Amino acid sequence: MSDPLLEVRGIDVFYGDFQALFGVLLCVNAGEVVTVIGANGAGKSTLLKSIAGLMPLGRGDILFDGARISAAAAFDVVKRGIALVPEGRRLFPSLTVEENLLIGGQSRRPGPWTLKRVYELFPMLAERRRLPAPALSGGQQQMAAIARALMSNPRLLLCDEISLGLAPIVVRDIYARLPAIVAEGLSLIVVEQDIAQALKAARQVYCLQEGRIALQGQAGELTRESISAAYFGV
Amino acid sequence: MQWGNVIIQGVLIGGLYAMFAAGLSLIFGVMRLVNIAHGDLIVLAAYVALMVRQALGIDPLTSLILVTPIMAAIGYALQRGLLNRTLGDDLLPPLLVTFGLSVIIQNGLLELFTADSRRLQAGAIEIQTFQVAEGLWIGVLPFIQFAVAVIVIAALQSLFYRTPLGRAFRATSDDQAVAQLMGLDTRHVFAMAMALSLAVIAIAGVFLAVRANFDPAIGPARLIFGFEAVIIGGLGNMWGTLAGGIILGVSQAIGAQIDPGWQLLAGHIVFLAILAVRPQGLFPKVSG
Amino acid sequence: MSRVQHATRSSQIGVALIAVALVVLALAPFWAERSTLRLLAEIFTFVALASLWNLLAGYAGLVSVGQQAFVGLGGYFLFALVVLLDVHPVAAIFFAGPVGALVAIPVAALVFRLRGAYFAIGTWVVAEVFRLLASQVSVLGGGSGISLPAGAVIAMAASRQMREFEIYWLALALTVLVLAAMVALLRSRHGLALTAIRDNELAAQSNGIDVWRIKFVVYVLTAFGTTMIGALIFLTKLRISPETAFSVNDWTAFVIFITVIGGIGRIEGPIIGTIVFFVLRQALADLGSFYMLMMGAVAIVVMLWAPKGLWGLIAERFGWQALPLQRHLLLVPKDSGARS
Repeated sequence: MSDPLLEVRGIDVFYGDFQALFGVLLCVNAGEVVTVIGANGAGKSTLLKSIAGLMPLGRGDILFDGARISAAAAFDVVKRGIALVPEGRRLFPSLTVEENLLIGGQSRRPGPWTLKRVYELFPMLAERRRLPAPALSGGQQQMAAIARALMSNPRLLLCDEISLGLAPIVVRDIYARLPAIVAEGLSLIVVEQDIAQALKAARQVYCLQEGRIALQGQAGELTRESISAAYFGV
Repeated sequence: MQWGNVIIQGVLIGGLYAMFAAGLSLIFGVMRLVNIAHGDLIVLAAYVALMVRQALGIDPLTSLILVTPIMAAIGYALQRGLLNRTLGDDLLPPLLVTFGLSVIIQNGLLELFTADSRRLQAGAIEIQTFQVAEGLWIGVLPFIQFAVAVIVIAALQSLFYRTPLGRAFRATSDDQAVAQLMGLDTRHVFAMAMALSLAVIAIAGVFLAVRANFDPAIGPARLIFGFEAVIIGGLGNMWGTLAGGIILGVSQAIGAQIDPGWQLLAGHIVFLAILAVRPQGLFPKVSG
Repeated sequence: MSRVQHATRSSQIGVALIAVALVVLALAPFWAERSTLRLLAEIFTFVALASLWNLLAGYAGLVSVGQQAFVGLGGYFLFALVVLLDVHPVAAIFFAGPVGALVAIPVAALVFRLRGAYFAIGTWVVAEVFRLLASQVSVLGGGSGISLPAGAVIAMAASRQMREFEIYWLALALTVLVLAAMVALLRSRHGLALTAIRDNELAAQSNGIDVWRIKFVVYVLTAFGTTMIGALIFLTKLRISPETAFSVNDWTAFVIFITVIGGIGRIEGPIIGTIVFFVLRQALADLGSFYMLMMGAVAIVVMLWAPKGLWGLIAERFGWQALPLQRHLLLVPKDSGARS
């Protein structure tokens, strides 16, 4: 049994005096898709930001590929192979679509994801490559954000609520491309409020409730009742 | 045709003002920092050129090869060591720290070089002119200076919109946190922007030193000219800044022609008038 | 009924101490030497100038590096009234205030179009314009300046000693007035709005505070005070020129350093800062530009590592305040029999 790719070991995270995460434990194995679900404010984004190095840890450790990244700065974490697709897309408004993708490749990690490959996966981006990023629709922006993260050739991709604010058909379209990403050898953590989509995509499920892991298990084995109970804290 | 020559002179010095302004607006664009010590750094560059000249005996324009990297290095160190700590939501720290820096530079130069007026000699080129039309003459040095200003602005535009570094600048200016997610060390990006600004300042400083007498106290006036050029031209547009510099230069030249004591006043009045009537400037870039 | 209590134990002590100090200072002409009187008067004017700048920058968030415009305006206005219209110098000081306020109105209309650091430089430009205009007024000495005519000087008081006493008391009175007005403002409803703006401008605006109007009023009031102090300063100097009247170093750099080191955004800050500044000046008297250099460096260090200044450090450590400005809501308990 090989070591997990990512190990989150009992982290506490604070916003000033407010504690957002309490002793969160999580593991991602190579090639795995893990989903973290939970209600608004449960701490899902905070968890991803902490892994990505945008937030300092109050307590605990994060190991990636065996090495401690708990104190690493965000730009360092990317170079090691973890990429975050941030909540709300957050493309750079002053840059065109293509420039957004190019800057995603700033860290110059070796790997299969080039501009060409990314355009193959998301052809609608290729059609709009010279447009300023804000000109894209919500769904297209989400794809651009994912593509931008892929350009850094990560080994672990963190997706923060990629269905947020998008029509169901668009969400299905986006999720339909995830298998191709996993096939290239990436591992995924998918954070979602939309449980249905998340459960279809992932194998491992974690449920966060007010900063604590309330439930954990294989997607196929958990019942709807237990998930609801954990989600809402009933 | 006397007025023609007056206007030409005004246009040409406008190029120098635009160079003062370019460094200022570059920094504001990337990190929302207004460097109150900007003018004093221009004067510092002039003194660095003076020292290089005294040490190596080369002419001012050639000395740029040394002065520019020296100033750029100072800019990088300044940003990384001091100014990065002032960035954030609060308005006071960058303003007051750069103000303190301005006082330090002025008084430091005063201690090192005294208040004596200096000038960098550039040789015969200083007084050469060429004729463009009946009664219209252009000074060779002012013309070179204007041409360099246009080249510098074109180079900056090109850098901003066509290079990875420029992309990094724009991305970091848009969203610092997400820029870090791209692998950009924002401390380094800001320091590179400041280094670039000081490189432009170096060029402006050398031209200033050749063109006019300088002493440690003239910094603030250069800051004000650069600032006025930016506001007249409109924020966010480098070519607008060139236009702003030209308008300022021409206003000053016309004012000086009417009465020597009115030179600076004329420029300020035009600036205030534009501020009153069209505060966004003449050619503002629509901000995204 | 609940009421707001402003005082704390430390502020009660503070007010008592200040009252004692004021009596001692008012009697200074009877116990102090001439040079001490002069020094004290200078200290008072800087306390006043710094307090006014603090109100502008520390409370209203308007960082001006152009207040020398109003200092010089006050000086030139006084000289104009005395030299051209034969007005009594002391009266001229009190006319200077309203004039400063009037001039500040169109100035504010212009510079308020700029934000943040650009606003700061804009105020500097205005000061430069005033300076250049003053150089053009040949009746008041043009570029080289002018001295106060002997007749006006004598009109102030019979002997030189009385004159110096008069100026001293004027300086003390004006400074006390400025500080008292500030305390009154800060204790009022408008002061609460100002403190809100100081703490978080966006939040203040979302709470319905008309930020622009308050800033405008504060700018005009500050100009009022600064112009009067400027008139007094140049009455003391007996001579004015564009360079000295609109000097950035004298009227802005020192003021900023004083306020930063003492503590921005608290009324006690400028007082502490001025004391520190003058102690240092006495100690390092002859160092000239090196002294300014050091002040700049100290201000930078303070701004980065102790942004609340000396008083900020002390007040936070011990929870003190020297003046009753806190707002503490006293709730009347329900069963106390109070009618509602």
